[in-house]
Amino acid sequence: MTTLTAVKPPQRQISVAKTPRRWGTPVAYVVAVVVIIAMLAPVAFIIIGGFRTNSQITTDPSGLPSPWNVGNYLDVLTGGVFWQEVLNSIISATATTVGVVVLGLMASYVLARYRFRGRGAMYALFAAGLMFPMTVAITPLYIVIKNLGLMNSLPGVILPQIAFALPTTIIILVPFLRAIPDEIQEAAFIDGCSRIGFFWRMVVPLATPGVITVGILAFIAAWNSYLLPLFILNNSEVFTLPLGVQAFSSQYSVDTAKVLAFTSLSMIPALIFFSVFERRIVGGLTGAVKG
Amino acid sequence: MTPPPAPRRRKTDWRGRLEIALLTGPALIVFLGFVIFPVVMAAYYGFFSWQGYGIPTDFVGFKNYLTIIQDPTFIAAVQHNGIIVVLSLVLQGPAAILLALLLNRKLRGQSVIRVLIFVPYVISEVVVGTGWSLMLQTNGAVNGLLDKVGLGSLTQDWLSNPDIAIWSLMVIITWKYVGFAVILFLAGLQGIPEELSEAAAIDGASYWQIQRRITLPLLAPTLRIWAFLSIIGALQLFDLVYIIWGQYVSSTAGTSTMATYLVTNGRNAGNYGYGNAVAVVLFLISLAVALVYQRFVLRRDTDGALTEKGKTP
Repeated sequence: MTTLTAVKPPQRQISVAKTPRRWGTPVAYVVAVVVIIAMLAPVAFIIIGGFRTNSQITTDPSGLPSPWNVGNYLDVLTGGVFWQEVLNSIISATATTVGVVVLGLMASYVLARYRFRGRGAMYALFAAGLMFPMTVAITPLYIVIKNLGLMNSLPGVILPQIAFALPTTIIILVPFLRAIPDEIQEAAFIDGCSRIGFFWRMVVPLATPGVITVGILAFIAAWNSYLLPLFILNNSEVFTLPLGVQAFSSQYSVDTAKVLAFTSLSMIPALIFFSVFERRIVGGLTGAVKG
Repeated sequence: MTPPPAPRRRKTDWRGRLEIALLTGPALIVFLGFVIFPVVMAAYYGFFSWQGYGIPTDFVGFKNYLTIIQDPTFIAAVQHNGIIVVLSLVLQGPAAILLALLLNRKLRGQSVIRVLIFVPYVISEVVVGTGWSLMLQTNGAVNGLLDKVGLGSLTQDWLSNPDIAIWSLMVIITWKYVGFAVILFLAGLQGIPEELSEAAAIDGASYWQIQRRITLPLLAPTLRIWAFLSIIGALQLFDLVYIIWGQYVSSTAGTSTMATYLVTNGRNAGNYGYGNAVAVVLFLISLAVALVYQRFVLRRDTDGALTEKGKTP
């Protein structure tokens, strides 16, 4: 391992030839396999459990389905409840993401590239938001939403989600926008570009990696959000998936197999979304950590 | 609106101000309206005995706070939070460092492993809670598996035995959040120039020497930021406990947290004033921890990260 990293281009061939790596690698693979099994076993339990019947689960809680039974999944997929909740979750998560990105990008642009009195204070205000988790504000937040007449509606969940995602978004985006060289800005101004024009033509494209990162984080957070919908959404027609899963599992608490099927279907969208954008998350976090 | 020195600058200043207002206005309004205002109101409502209807009128001063700090259930919840904070750092930190180092090496299928490690983090707390509670119940899959491999004597009441429940919770927390730590550390590792370990390797340092003397010290800022996020998250833990143990069982199982206490004794009991006082206490505890941490641990990092260093990515 030691000498190998020094030689870059023909890595693969050398790694076969030299000794230190030979014993190092199998250990690494064993660890990796163990970790993956540990990470996936509970997920597999949920998904496979959905293919079993309740009597199978009762007689042998840790067995495999025999025979495999798609009835639970079909029941969930053909019932309207699941799709209504998927739709609600999609609306809530998408609107939150768009809102956070638009508002966060505009504010970050000002905080990163304008010089004005109170800039430090404004940044500190947003950064202080990290200290206020939703848990602390949840009761007054519920009252604010109630007074705005937004109870049992998706906007009542979306607006607070945007607000609470702004601090992270701004903290990640400001370094991105600050890193755009001043020369580009000067050149754009000399060419007659206004500051707003510069924002649209240069800043938005250049900030894309950061934007994607904050967008994904906001989307996943909104998709999984539980405490806020628990307070705001009491009507099952506006339930998002997390509330739906919980309602379903208490309604059908005897029907374990069906609960497992419902639960595993509800995690699929987030998993797809994440696996598509995984690289972007790592890339964006790298930028943020290096700050 | 102070008069600017030169007339030419006045026009641009005015335009600049307008731009600043237009660009930051929406974010500020949403942020002030849905974050700052509710937080301030929480502090205000905390001084009232109030059931959530109309305007609070029954001012009780610090009575709510006195009740909170004298309630053994709350003290127990604070202790559970403390245990969770410490165990989260102790369990997740070393595991995540090792995994990140492992994944930072040239490994076949590395990108697949990265995705899989992050899977539990992406799944919602509700799904995680539902799945794990079905696995851990007395006639669940874990006990079934233990029976099957001949370790039937090890079967436990994983969720309601107060000696074990907190450890079950820690296993679930570690499983769920270790992926986030790994991704964060990987991002940090990518920022460490390879030349350093190459040079050390040429000087004859072993792999573990390089990790201990070069990689870990350079990863320290990332570690400190992760620890900060982990501590704050552990202090405010709610979803998993509330879903798995419900609102009643968590205190007898020894897993209740300040946040579940808040929801149980505030909203569910209809005592909104009291709930807000709990929220304030929760916030003050988090704030105190954060300030101490920032003062003594994070200071070096924020000096660099929040000032001008950002100009050179």
